Amino acid sequence: MNQSAIETLAETIRRYSLVSIHAAKSGHPGGALSCADVLAVIYGGELGPQGDEVPESERHRFIMSKGHACPALYAAWAATDLLDPSELTTLRHLEGRLEGHPHVGATPLAETSTGSLGQGMSVACGMALGARMKGWKTRVYVLLGDGELQEGEVWEALMFAAHHKLSNLCAVIDYNKLQSDDFNANIMGLEPLAEKLSAFGWNVIEIDGHDVGAIADAFDAYRGESERPTIVVAHTNKGQGVSFMAGKPNWHGSLLLTAEDLARSLVDLGVAEEETAAWIDGSLFERSAP
Amino acid sequence: MSKDKEPLQLGSSGDTLREAFGRAMTELAATDERIVVLDADVAGGTGMHHFRKAYPDRFIQCGIAEQNMVAMAGGLAAVGLIPIVTTFAVFALRAVEQARLSIAYTKRNVKIVASHPGLDVGPDGASAQCLEDLAAFRGIPGMTVLSAADPIEAGKAARTIVDFEGPVYLRTGRSPAPTVFGDDHVMQVGKGTQVIDGSDVTLIACGVEVARAVQAANLLREDGISARVINMASIKPVDRELIERAARETGAIVTAEDHNVHGGLGGAVAECLTETYPCPQEFIAVMDTFGKSGEPDELAERFHLTAPYIAEAAKRAIARKEGLK
Repeated sequence: MNQSAIETLAETIRRYSLVSIHAAKSGHPGGALSCADVLAVIYGGELGPQGDEVPESERHRFIMSKGHACPALYAAWAATDLLDPSELTTLRHLEGRLEGHPHVGATPLAETSTGSLGQGMSVACGMALGARMKGWKTRVYVLLGDGELQEGEVWEALMFAAHHKLSNLCAVIDYNKLQSDDFNANIMGLEPLAEKLSAFGWNVIEIDGHDVGAIADAFDAYRGESERPTIVVAHTNKGQGVSFMAGKPNWHGSLLLTAEDLARSLVDLGVAEEETAAWIDGSLFERSAP
Repeated sequence: MSKDKEPLQLGSSGDTLREAFGRAMTELAATDERIVVLDADVAGGTGMHHFRKAYPDRFIQCGIAEQNMVAMAGGLAAVGLIPIVTTFAVFALRAVEQARLSIAYTKRNVKIVASHPGLDVGPDGASAQCLEDLAAFRGIPGMTVLSAADPIEAGKAARTIVDFEGPVYLRTGRSPAPTVFGDDHVMQVGKGTQVIDGSDVTLIACGVEVARAVQAANLLREDGISARVINMASIKPVDRELIERAARETGAIVTAEDHNVHGGLGGAVAECLTETYPCPQEFIAVMDTFGKSGEPDELAERFHLTAPYIAEAAKRAIARKEGLK
């Protein structure tokens, strides 16, 4: 996929995320929008083939450790033919598979179950080490939120991965500077983050997390690393792409995304005003369903 | 997977549940390459130093970081390994939430094996004496909870948990313990074992309390009371059939465990009795308090876990049964 196609994929992930959160009447839009470009690069080619038909030993794995942003994960699946887009409007529904936080028991593509921050990072360490012990060439990717780094377990895992030289592990931090209630800096400051991670023995790559070319370059560097685990500090904006959400802590997850909000958001995300209705009522998905 | 020179060993003398388990798991690992052992810098104490020495490439040193260790085990299981997570019970308690999300909810084939449970820990005192693990792990959906009674059963437990598909929490033990079973003993998930038959009362025990229950049955026999003794190694799922039969046939139950009175074996048996054949039950357990430093037998005496207390509880249960007639 070329850069322009990846950018289009990221836009689709953003649109799909918000449509599903609107249908669910709850969810976390801000952090879904901030990580859409990273997910577009990962599912747009970096991760390789997914699904049951790929042998266990050959499948690269992606874990959404910041599980609350899963609308973006489901959107990425839907935008890359891993999930029927019409299923997106079943997010958080009793009879649906798309749990409010990813659950491997409901959707095997999730690889593990997340939502309690920090654990996806540890599970990724286990998969990376286990794959190496089995002689597999598997790469393991894990996406963390910045607030998630306040969990002590993450730093246990950071020490573990460096000590055991898990060079097949790549973590990405969606560093949007905002967490549930307020800015990181007002809750529990993370800086100097890159220096800390470097001191923990990781290959640290700092990038603009909305520049898909820079994201792809960071993964190239990761694949070339043979000793250390790699961590990509992706500087992002919470609510990226939607003018009224950008940089607003409230859009972490506590506001209802109304039909009117969604319409405004979709226009910001490049949808023609007259087409927003079809996105909002889901009829667009029905038309495109196989 | 340190290949460093073998460090100074602790806990390498005396026949303890932890040593018996460590030896048995090491032996089993020769025939099952999926077995890997995780340690948080206590292999000298958990009995897993045997494994570390025999299989350095399958021994995963996690450092003193149990939350990462437990969640990481879920990742190892996801690629087809059988992680045996080993630490002291009180430190496993630290990672209950990791066991819940990354092992039980995800249905991973991980075995958490905890040594140093209960007052049996002894001189290290209350901070190290885990009296809450059975309750905590029993509360997790899909988590099997086992407690070995003696070194023989602890050894057998290695095969039992590896053959069983699914998440398991297993208690071994710290202190040298008397042998209750012969080499032909079988430990099964969901099954208890009748150790002594009896008709007046049933003593249902787990862990180090099984040997004390046997002593109590001998004391009761001197008073003309016939006590049945059951080893309930499988606390979840509990052996409902065996418990119901004991209630029907003896009409009085005493549960005995080296654990807080709430949520452990006593709770599991009470839940079963209430639904099947209600009868008087007396509880031998630590009565919702913390332990303290002391030798295991001194502590058992101080906290009323020894045979004479079990025998007294049996008489109370029998008196209540008689009162119902």
